[in-house]
Amino acid sequence: MASGRIWIRGGRVLDPSMGRDEIADVLVEDGKIAAVGADLAASGGEVIEAAGAWVVPGFIDLHVHLREPGQEYKEDIASGGRAAVAGGFSAVVCMANTQPVNDDPSVTEYILDRARQESPARVYPVGAATRGLGGEVMTEMVALVDAGCVALSDDGKTIMDSGVMRRVLEYSQLARVAIITHAEDRTLVREGVVNEGPVSTRLGLPGNPSTAEVIHVARDILLAELSGAHLHVAHVSTAGAVDLIRSARERGIHVTAEVTPHHLTLTDEATLGYDTNTKMAPPLRSAKDVAACRAGLADGTIDAIATDHAPHAVHEKDVEFTAAPPGVIGLETAVPVTLDLVRAGEISPLEWVRRLSTNPARIIHRAGGSLAVGAIADIALIDPERRWVYDPAKGFSKSRNSPWAGREMIGCVIATLVGGVLVWDVERGVLLP
Amino acid sequence: MTGRDLLGIEDLDRADLERILETAERMQEVGRRDVKKVPTLRGRTLINLFFESSTRTRTSFEIAGKRLSADVVNFTPSSSSLTKAESILDTAMTLDAMDPDAVIVRHKVAGVPKRIADALAAPVINAGDGAHEHPTQALLDCFTVKQEKGRFDGLTVTIIGDITHSRVARSNLYAFTKLGAEVRLAAPPTMLPSGIESLGAKAYTSLREALEGADVVMVLRIQQERLDGCFFPSIREYASTFGIDRAKLRYAKDDVIVMHPGPINRGVEIAHDLADRRPSVILDQVRNGVAVRMAVLYQFAGRKASREG
Repeated sequence: MASGRIWIRGGRVLDPSMGRDEIADVLVEDGKIAAVGADLAASGGEVIEAAGAWVVPGFIDLHVHLREPGQEYKEDIASGGRAAVAGGFSAVVCMANTQPVNDDPSVTEYILDRARQESPARVYPVGAATRGLGGEVMTEMVALVDAGCVALSDDGKTIMDSGVMRRVLEYSQLARVAIITHAEDRTLVREGVVNEGPVSTRLGLPGNPSTAEVIHVARDILLAELSGAHLHVAHVSTAGAVDLIRSARERGIHVTAEVTPHHLTLTDEATLGYDTNTKMAPPLRSAKDVAACRAGLADGTIDAIATDHAPHAVHEKDVEFTAAPPGVIGLETAVPVTLDLVRAGEISPLEWVRRLSTNPARIIHRAGGSLAVGAIADIALIDPERRWVYDPAKGFSKSRNSPWAGREMIGCVIATLVGGVLVWDVERGVLLP
Repeated sequence: MTGRDLLGIEDLDRADLERILETAERMQEVGRRDVKKVPTLRGRTLINLFFESSTRTRTSFEIAGKRLSADVVNFTPSSSSLTKAESILDTAMTLDAMDPDAVIVRHKVAGVPKRIADALAAPVINAGDGAHEHPTQALLDCFTVKQEKGRFDGLTVTIIGDITHSRVARSNLYAFTKLGAEVRLAAPPTMLPSGIESLGAKAYTSLREALEGADVVMVLRIQQERLDGCFFPSIREYASTFGIDRAKLRYAKDDVIVMHPGPINRGVEIAHDLADRRPSVILDQVRNGVAVRMAVLYQFAGRKASREG
């Protein structure tokens, strides 16, 4: 099947890896990009008319929770993989907080095995940095990476012990992958559930100060400098963290960063109705923080847009605000939600594509993020103008915890190819071989 | 009235507040009769749904409802399905299916009355949610001040204590500023929440400055468990710096009144001899609470409200 030919004709080809932004045809053959150019002479194979659409490298989401193994009632590799390709993501990077935790090569192999059987999207696991996400004893990093892990992280179980974090960063260089940090000082967060400020005071809910993130980003940057390791900062949410990352990069420290669609477009005021689908970790922040995150994404300080897709069942979210688990789903809405920055003129279409494909591929050292001849044919087609209304109940994720439920979306993923195979067609749905 | 539910003073405007206070004056007259009962809510059912125990507020609502001839049912979660891990919304919807005319909700987490109101057909009255709001407490405090001072415009109301964790402080801040008074908040810096001045009050860490020229001093209960959260070092230090006694009151106006939402910690936030006598009006507040809650029930449970209404 990979030997099939597909002609993608007349679209606006946006390829950050080549700096290309022009109307062109793309020819896919044997799972790879065979040619890109104007008016390629078609002969045989399937034709996809792409006039009016953007043709981009398939997106790579650096931060998702697929919940398998262990919490398949929230999501599994099959449903998460479908949600991914419907959202334009040809690959997802899944966090280690499964049950059991992905702190052992056998778990990594299980995830990859399930992905091969069930997922239309590529699945790249993140291994735990410490055993059981306990923050004390490091995992067999080399074995995890040999098994297929593309990065290491304890994600939400932030490593609070600076000495452990130092050794984790140092040792990670042997495994040649990034350490991803969920940077929040838990001793400052305490019971905090919404951004500390006028909104938390009005709501009467415990505040989580932006300083909790900033102080931890500062610590991890210093430890990255000390160790020389690659630190990747997950879901940056504060102006202070953006500033620290910018200056660290200027000093030559190997730090990369991602930001979520929700931290780019929603402020803490979205929480004023006590909707638990606006409860995230880190929390939605002030307008000033949102502006800084957008500016950081535009100027390249923040490398990537990642969703932190975090499915939770309705009955888990439909409880008191303090008791609800944090997190929202995001795979199926990331494209229209973040196109807001393009429409606002804050980032060019080409740079927006870079943040969603080329840069994530570089951070995890995997193929993708390119439409150069010979590159793997992971491709998404986007209609940037098409309007639709998002209903999580009709989506592919098993969960519905989205702050955008019922909202009109502008911009739609009309097709996704993985390895030269059409796996998503907006008219026909998810197509499995 | 603006809405179907009474979730917070923040949602009300000055006219709403004045209407409730005027109704409360008429209700107070009922409480002075030999037979303290009128037929206004006869045949109506009220449910006191108190997830957090509060004998005082629950009793006040119960007496208010009974004086209006309503049938009042107390739902006590500790001895019920909540121990079987039923969700709060399921509990509320089960009670709602019995067609009450109003559900009075108290919960230790902010926002629960709002979530319940969104799910129920019956009007919901917030009887205190976390550190969010306690609207009937603020209304009875305003009623007490109106009786004492006859006006709100130009008054200075100083609220002293743990503002961070106080729903009473928030509701009173909204109520008194909407009615035209100036509100000052005084506390150690650890108990002044971030951005509080954006709600319309002025924050002080000097008790003396906060008391200067005050017409009303409202003292909040300090809770021992805040020691664990590192909010203050000791009861002794709190009592000496922010505890109110007659000596500190001299900074306020001569005709100042002292209020407290109760229950009081004698010798901690309020001196023993101050709690029982003028200028303290603490028991008047309790008395007025019944009249104000009658007015609230009259306005929110007195009409057969629909979801649309």
